Amino acid sequence: MVTIALNDLGAYYGRRLTVSGITTPTFTSGEIVAVIGPNAAGKSTLFKRMAGLLHGPGRVHVEGSDKGKRAISYMPQDTSANAVLTVYESILLARKQGSSWKVSDGDLTLIDSVMNAIDITDIAFRNLGELSGGQRQLVGIAQTLVREPDILLMDEPTSALDLHRQMEVLDFMRQVVRTRDMIVFIAIHDLNQAMRFTDKAMVIERGALRGVGPTDEVITQQLLRDVYRIDARIEACSRGQLQIIVDSVAKSADQAKPSAPKAA
Amino acid sequence: MATATADAVVQEGRGLYRALAWRRILIIAGFAVALTLSFTVDIAWGPARYALLDVATAIVSPASVSDKIRVVVWDIRMPMALMAIITGASLSLAGAQMQTILANPLASPFTLGISAAASFGAAIAIVAGVSIIPFATNFMVPVNAFVMALVATLIIHFISQARGVTVQTVVLLGIALVFTFNALLAFLQYVASEQALQSVVFWTMGSLTKATWEKIWITTAVLVFALPLFARHAWALTAIRLGEDKAASFGVNVRRIRLETMLIVALLAAVPVSFVGTIGFVGLVGPHVARMLVGEDQRFFLPTSIMAGALLLSATSVVSKSILPGVVFPIGIITALVGVPFFFSLILSNVRRSW
Repeated sequence: MVTIALNDLGAYYGRRLTVSGITTPTFTSGEIVAVIGPNAAGKSTLFKRMAGLLHGPGRVHVEGSDKGKRAISYMPQDTSANAVLTVYESILLARKQGSSWKVSDGDLTLIDSVMNAIDITDIAFRNLGELSGGQRQLVGIAQTLVREPDILLMDEPTSALDLHRQMEVLDFMRQVVRTRDMIVFIAIHDLNQAMRFTDKAMVIERGALRGVGPTDEVITQQLLRDVYRIDARIEACSRGQLQIIVDSVAKSADQAKPSAPKAA
Repeated sequence: MATATADAVVQEGRGLYRALAWRRILIIAGFAVALTLSFTVDIAWGPARYALLDVATAIVSPASVSDKIRVVVWDIRMPMALMAIITGASLSLAGAQMQTILANPLASPFTLGISAAASFGAAIAIVAGVSIIPFATNFMVPVNAFVMALVATLIIHFISQARGVTVQTVVLLGIALVFTFNALLAFLQYVASEQALQSVVFWTMGSLTKATWEKIWITTAVLVFALPLFARHAWALTAIRLGEDKAASFGVNVRRIRLETMLIVALLAAVPVSFVGTIGFVGLVGPHVARMLVGEDQRFFLPTSIMAGALLLSATSVVSKSILPGVVFPIGIITALVGVPFFFSLILSNVRRSW
């Protein structure tokens, strides 16, 4: 069983410490963790620090993995690469980093099965430059999965996907987490999807940890008001699934003052 | 998600990939055949034309042909023909890697001012007799050319790393470098003696007639030194084309590989230029031909770029002898004339697609 815990973790972006003091309880394999927070809160920076791509104070404790540096794999937000490579080659590339030129049948079988699982075999031999944003994200997911990490950090993997594809990908990730004994961290803006598909949640705001715990305990009306500045209700639907119903943009303390000149 | 175990689909993907790889190997083999042919024709043609069979015999078994043919083939034409191949290969490889790490389709030693810097370095040696590195007086011309090429490469490298620098900025910087080094070269030409001036002018035209066996060995040694270093990073270099973040997420040390590659590129671009003079556009056209044929997986892209560059310059060498019977035009003139229309078509096609 693989576990990960962050201890007083911080990250430098250039010379500036943009993320600091992130300490979490231990996450164990089989869990999906939502990493939520407003834009520019430091979610991507935290992921890069966890993956060892940025320097900073603190430690990332990983136990139970024998993959060393390859234990954690980071899937960045889509970069619109226009390399003259087919989808198949770009996934092979992710698999073969750091190894020999020779491509074994095992490598290709793994690529085929991952592509088949996320249903992108039809674009296998299309060039990357011809893909839509959503297709690129699916290719990014395949590239990450063929590296067979124990801990996967996905930076907004569903942001360019339609609803059907979002459900497919998140459903698939749930299966993968269980069958491959992985831990997946997903930076996600859709909080309803976070409540539906993730077990735990971490809230990042201005580079600091605002809360961590089971997703339905972390995402509260108060959090939505304080962190996202919206007034919303969280109610169970007819099937018992919790849903966020947004009512309005929360008025800031200044706007709410009765003496404000334009207050209605 | 597709839940059914689609063994057929899995088999199909693997099979198609293998077929694609084989097709690319065949393309490289095709280049090798064309190159052999071009090399033989390059040796056969000249003021006196020999039959291809005689040339082939002179190459394979020199003892069985007449002294005259042996001397012409081995001592006069072979060095030029080989120098064309090695120079084309080196410049094309340099261009391919510049385009890869700068993510810039217009990058090449010629367009970004590295060749101009090398020319200036060489001219310092020819005109002033000054070696930039004091102890390297025996190889003053190539060493000066290399040092200046390195300076230009590092300027491009560090500026391209700065935040907010776009593909266009790097191209403009290259143009600025070309103008700067050409102006410095013109200054040297202005103050040069008549003999040195002639030497510099001929040198800047780019001509294979300067080829000697010693120069061939040195240029080959640089190519042989560069190849395994690039080959070792083949997967990483290909990953860099997916973007810096993506490559880093695959575990690639992007900064280190970029710097290492640029240093090797400086060497690859400077050495042949210092020996045969300025030969433009091979470093731009070779990689583009390779990219169109085999894509950017460096395992295929590298050998194809090398082959395409070698074939291009070897064929140009043949053309340079065929325009006027008995006259061998400086090859740099021909590559520029052929390269410019290609360069234009590239710019125009980039208006429609990003790369």
